Amino acid sequence: MDALFASPAGALREVILSPGADAAGFRAAVRALVAEGLPPERVIWSTGAPGLFDAPPMAPHAAPAFSLPRAVTELIGLVLCHGDPERHGLLYRLIWRTVKDERALIDNPADPLVHRLMRMAKAVRRDIHKMHAFVRFRSAGMVQGRERFLAWFEPEHFIVEAVAGFFVKRFPAMDWSILTPHGSLSWDGTSLVIGPPALRPALPEGDGFEEGWLSYYESTFNPARTNTAMMTKEMPKKYWANLPEAKLIPGLVQSAASRVDAMIAREASAPRKRDPRKAVEAMSEQAPGTLEELNRLMRDTPPFVTGGTRAVLGEGPAGAPLALVGEQPGDQEDVEGRPFVGPAGRLLMKALGEAGLSREQLYLTNAVKHFKYVQRGKRRLHQSPTSGEVKHYRWWLKQELDFVQPRLVVALGASAALALAGHPVSVTRARGPMKFEGRPGYVTTHPSYLLRLPDPAAQNAAYAQFVADLKAAAERAAG
Amino acid sequence: MDDTLATKLRILADAAKYDASCASSGSAGRAAKKTGIGSTTGAGICHSYTPDGRCVSLLKILLTNYCLFDCAYCINRRSSNVERARFSVDEVVRLTLGFYKRNYIEGLFLSSGIIRSPDYTMEQMMRVARSLREEHGFAGYIHLKAIPEASPWLVEQAGLWADRLSLNIELASETSLKSLAPEKDAPRIRATMGQMTERIAEAREEKRRFAPAGQSTQMIVGADATTDATVLETSATLYRGYGLRRVYYSAFSPIPEASRVLPVKPAPLRRENRLYQADWLLRYYGFSVEEIAAGGTEGMLDLDIDPKLAWALKHRERFPVDVNSADREMLLRVPGLGARAVDRILKARRFGRLRLDDIGRLSTSVKRARAFLITADHHPLRLTDRADLRERLAPAPRQMELFG
Repeated sequence: MDALFASPAGALREVILSPGADAAGFRAAVRALVAEGLPPERVIWSTGAPGLFDAPPMAPHAAPAFSLPRAVTELIGLVLCHGDPERHGLLYRLIWRTVKDERALIDNPADPLVHRLMRMAKAVRRDIHKMHAFVRFRSAGMVQGRERFLAWFEPEHFIVEAVAGFFVKRFPAMDWSILTPHGSLSWDGTSLVIGPPALRPALPEGDGFEEGWLSYYESTFNPARTNTAMMTKEMPKKYWANLPEAKLIPGLVQSAASRVDAMIAREASAPRKRDPRKAVEAMSEQAPGTLEELNRLMRDTPPFVTGGTRAVLGEGPAGAPLALVGEQPGDQEDVEGRPFVGPAGRLLMKALGEAGLSREQLYLTNAVKHFKYVQRGKRRLHQSPTSGEVKHYRWWLKQELDFVQPRLVVALGASAALALAGHPVSVTRARGPMKFEGRPGYVTTHPSYLLRLPDPAAQNAAYAQFVADLKAAAERAAG
Repeated sequence: MDDTLATKLRILADAAKYDASCASSGSAGRAAKKTGIGSTTGAGICHSYTPDGRCVSLLKILLTNYCLFDCAYCINRRSSNVERARFSVDEVVRLTLGFYKRNYIEGLFLSSGIIRSPDYTMEQMMRVARSLREEHGFAGYIHLKAIPEASPWLVEQAGLWADRLSLNIELASETSLKSLAPEKDAPRIRATMGQMTERIAEAREEKRRFAPAGQSTQMIVGADATTDATVLETSATLYRGYGLRRVYYSAFSPIPEASRVLPVKPAPLRRENRLYQADWLLRYYGFSVEEIAAGGTEGMLDLDIDPKLAWALKHRERFPVDVNSADREMLLRVPGLGARAVDRILKARRFGRLRLDDIGRLSTSVKRARAFLITADHHPLRLTDRADLRERLAPAPRQMELFG
């Protein structure tokens, strides 16, 4: 007080802000006060409608802005929502000290002022969190083809605007209103209206789901673990009035002890039903018993890759001595639902012919069963599967080959080799015979690799080597 | 909601309540499209609390409580006389959306008894999740309890729809599992868990959406003779080797229609509480299982005091600790100082030497901590040598009912 009276321009300044958070008003006032150099002890803060003879409200941007550390502005935003009438004075003291000579003040959690403001911010954050949690909507039926919901809630602090984003994001397709004594929110699917304080409305009756909720609340409670202290710590009684389930609490608590005693006292009873032995035995036979069953499962499975309109299944006779595994179906394979019918497939057929093999003799399949692509205009652009995606499909491939039982499996390219071996394989280095988890195999390039080679000479050489690989694999499968 | 659906809900919520987990956390923030519904916040939200102090975050129900398995600790085992019911896929979808729209829940936690076969059951559960996501644009939280006996390809598909997957390990000891749950197979549970761990890690690396909230599991405590040390060792392996997000402990609680092979008395809830505290020390405070176990006797935690205090009392030579100079690791070992308080201390001491009052502002339990701390104005005068320190710090004996 001494300082106050000693100051030369000793007059006190009164600042009147709108009730509630009024962040804009506070910001404008603080700018003006700092510009004027008025210390906190000469400012009196209050809220309410400005009186007739008060100075006109300070216009935003009237005084120069100044910068504050981000942590301070965040703290201000939260503390302004607090219901404590001292909040403005406390915040102004923080701002004053920060801009004067304690730039790092906010980083000292042991400072009494910072500590107090942090606790206020925490209380606001908690109130926001509890409002997200405890708002209960009642259905008000359909209005013009859209479902309408209404809620009444009593937050402790001025947080109505602060929670709006959460509810808009969560319930974009419903029409809803949340009324509170501090203000209201209304959403119609396209715009949010922030309205004035409301009175408790008569909520619509007859929402059947609310009865279901009450019965769920009752059933999910375990009487053997009653701990009301823990419950009220997290769900304080001040919120109970607007929680439909809260009216059940006294009854549940009262009957808990006797329910537990009854449970413990009850002798274990002999099962009344006969042992479903047959069903228990049958349970173990769930694995697909034939290739057809496995294929049916695969057809019903959602793709593990983006794109993929359908599963492109393997093709060829069971017991084929040679199986060829490619990477994944391409655009054309996806359209026709058959493996190796696109450009790479045609090249493969040509090479097979030169190696003395025909499509009908072989089992043809892919490591990944769906076409992975991204849409670019009208085109579907092929995307290589990641190794994680290849691994999602390993189980299928293994089962498939177990049914087909080829004498040799040829991996066409790195994805196929990864799928068969279970670990990354370098095609250039491993090219040739290789064991895939005990299964005799052979590694070579994928025919699409040949198509991508720019130089015709290199292409011819690679093609010749590819044909030689197929021949070698066929010989091993025969021998 | 019609009467049949209400009855089913009562039976199948009752049947699901013994699962401890109800968390809706760990997923990335996400919001529905304009025509859809739902969002996830990352931290999760508890929408209500029942008088057992447990949070209600998800609609936690079974698809059915008919079951072909006969696990002694489970109320839904085939030999139990409990009332049975079965939801259709569509009923679960309707309930979830109806509850979600009224802001009762964060999403769905779906589990099931095994009917027909593990694969069949798993597939039905998946249809629920898929319908919510694909047909209704549901972006809320989904936790699926995978059935470890189902085919790997089915379990993997669950990751496409669910935020979190869990596989219950049920009992820390393989022998106990064999005797109490004859249809279950411990190595198989772990193999499935391991497979999911790999797929989840790969997807995360490749930035694909696949079970973004990871995996969790649950162990029942007190249904067999397994010690706390064994339980915690199992947890440590699961955290380290399988990258699990959470291990839940469920003190064996008496169930209606209990099996004869089980203890009649419930395991003390205090034990479960101590295990959760120990679990916390394992994950965030740099303690090893051996250190935690050393605080108790014969592999069991001290039920009267928390495991951190128990450790400190047996290692008094390491105290008192000077708040103005000790490193983070040592501060974390001080009873009464949580990880958040420690971080605040480290921040605040850059501004000057801390006094006891400062610690009072930085931590919520300075009363407990002061016996182990030196500050600029406080030295606990060989307090740590006092024989009655334990009595001074242990909570007064009272009938405990605790914790969710």
